[in-house]
Amino acid sequence: MILSLFSHLSRRGVRLRSAARPARPPARMSAAAAWAAAVLAAALPAWPGAAGAAEPARLPVVASFSILADMARQIGGDAVDVHALVGPDGDAHVYEPTPADARRLAQARVLVVNGLDFESWLGRLREASGFAGQVVVASQGVAPRAFTGTEEGDGHGHGGDHDGDDHDHDHDHDHDHDHDHDHGDEHGHDHGHHHHGSADPHAWQDLRNGILYARNIAEGLAQADPARADAYRARAEDYVQRMRALDTRLRERFGALPAERRRLVTSHDAFGYFGAAYGVQVIAVAGLSTEAEPSAADLARVVQVVRRDKVPAVFLENITSPRLVEQIARETGAKVGGTLYSDALSPSGGPAATYLDMFEWNAKQLLDALQP
Amino acid sequence: MVDALHALAWAPFEQFGFMRRALAGSLALAVSCGPLGVFLVLRRLSLMGDALSHAILPGVAAGFLFAGLSVGAMTLGGVATGLAVALLAGGVARATPLHEDASFAAFYLIALALGVLLVSLRGSSVDVLHVLFGTVLGLDDAALRLVAGVSAATLLALAAGYRLLVAECLDPGFLRSVGGPGTLAHLGLLALSVLNLVAGFQVLGTMMAVGIMMLPAASVRFWVRTLDRQLALSSLLGAASCYAGLLFSYHLNVPASPAIILCAGAVYAASLLCGPRGGLLARRFSRPAAAILQGDVK
Repeated sequence: MILSLFSHLSRRGVRLRSAARPARPPARMSAAAAWAAAVLAAALPAWPGAAGAAEPARLPVVASFSILADMARQIGGDAVDVHALVGPDGDAHVYEPTPADARRLAQARVLVVNGLDFESWLGRLREASGFAGQVVVASQGVAPRAFTGTEEGDGHGHGGDHDGDDHDHDHDHDHDHDHDHDHGDEHGHDHGHHHHGSADPHAWQDLRNGILYARNIAEGLAQADPARADAYRARAEDYVQRMRALDTRLRERFGALPAERRRLVTSHDAFGYFGAAYGVQVIAVAGLSTEAEPSAADLARVVQVVRRDKVPAVFLENITSPRLVEQIARETGAKVGGTLYSDALSPSGGPAATYLDMFEWNAKQLLDALQP
Repeated sequence: MVDALHALAWAPFEQFGFMRRALAGSLALAVSCGPLGVFLVLRRLSLMGDALSHAILPGVAAGFLFAGLSVGAMTLGGVATGLAVALLAGGVARATPLHEDASFAAFYLIALALGVLLVSLRGSSVDVLHVLFGTVLGLDDAALRLVAGVSAATLLALAAGYRLLVAECLDPGFLRSVGGPGTLAHLGLLALSVLNLVAGFQVLGTMMAVGIMMLPAASVRFWVRTLDRQLALSSLLGAASCYAGLLFSYHLNVPASPAIILCAGAVYAASLLCGPRGGLLARRFSRPAAAILQGDVK
């Protein structure tokens, strides 16, 4: 009873989970840790290399989810010890922190978050853990994309008889929710996309934002660990160069696609920045957050656009259920183009274990499926 | 006029395969869940559906962990843990002084906790729950076959065991005194409920599946008196709620499963108010008449 109740509630944006969780680690656990530390301290002098290791310990860093954790690892190298709260293939829109998370956070000196209201569960965890270190908001400086429903704002021809008359849609809708007024449509949509704020948080899906992320993280690490500041900045610049190179390559590749095939149909609206950066039109069933349950109208709208524009492929996401996208494929004859990594990396060994690998993988899936 | 009605009430199903699938799946579910709910109400097990819906969670989660998003594995797991909880609770109630509702509560809470634990084992996340909760808009062939099969089997089983079930629900003491297999009837009812809830969670999600089972069943007694009519009407009301809910979801852009259950809830509220048999309005207006009649007799 309770479970399904709050699972339904939390999909609607009411969060009960973390409130019900003890935020402090159990006392027995810390006693055990203290005991282990004592044993370790006693044993250390006997360790041959330990006495000579004057090198300062690795900087403990906690990142809210796997993509930020990878960036911090790339920039920090061996000097940092990074832990991701929401791991590979995990959904950071909704997450239930554990006592172990609180303990890790309490011991960390740097916390890397995305910002743009992405990790709504994190504030409470931060307070509960007593974290007192440096907070890096990775998305600082990013020009946030306003949330305007989906970019395909005009796919509202419900009767099927609008098919011919609404082809003027290749512009970005910067206005709010008024894109269905000109259709004489009697159904008053108010797009119940339940999202966190008014800005789209998925900024990392544009490599040029990735560059901002990398620099922000490098500055954060440098401030927390000034002794190695130069090393962090140098590694970040190297990383930025790799991002730049990939960015240029992807722009060329996507630019070479015929404009009418540059369509990305997927389950939740995570690729807005990607679409804006590489000229791909994004059509998503659900809103920005994975929490919302889409309506029949949402699904019908996407099906109609896919049919009308003969979109060749639709794409699954690693963090959401494949059911709806498969339904669209069945319904329209579009093929399922593969799994995109939107809000989380794959486990190591998978195809998208790092941020750059994720980008390469997503681009390859899209290009392979959309190439005429 | 006819065109407008067609656009409102039928065109969505004509244009979209996913709407037809949703309608077929939810109708099949409603047709078998309604009568089952009526028996549960009669047997005073109305809250059992809710308990059972959580009892299936650990099995479904285990099925998902082992085999991924496979209808077969999740169904098998769900049925297994659902039946285990039903049997254990029933057994404890018969072997110890603990009443059946108390032992049911104990076992289903244990199952629920186990389910949450299993779900969390797969990494960090609540995303498994998103996968676990079915969506009526995403029904594939396997899920449709499951729901249709369960629905047909349930109706056949109810027909075959009808007299037994009626006796068990209305007068279990009598059934036992004549040596009837009362335990069998009781367990059969619970087993069918488990089966329908497992099928229902593919379609509507667990909590919503209980809704389509209990709300029509609670509505029918306000309209008709005899059991056979109640059974038929419960299927009908459930089916109508599914149809209306899907249309609401389509035209008003609201999520489908809650829309279906809210329609069933509206039917219940209307029955409560306007039902001729014990509905609030009927009682209010018939009472003075009864008083006058009684006065006349005196």
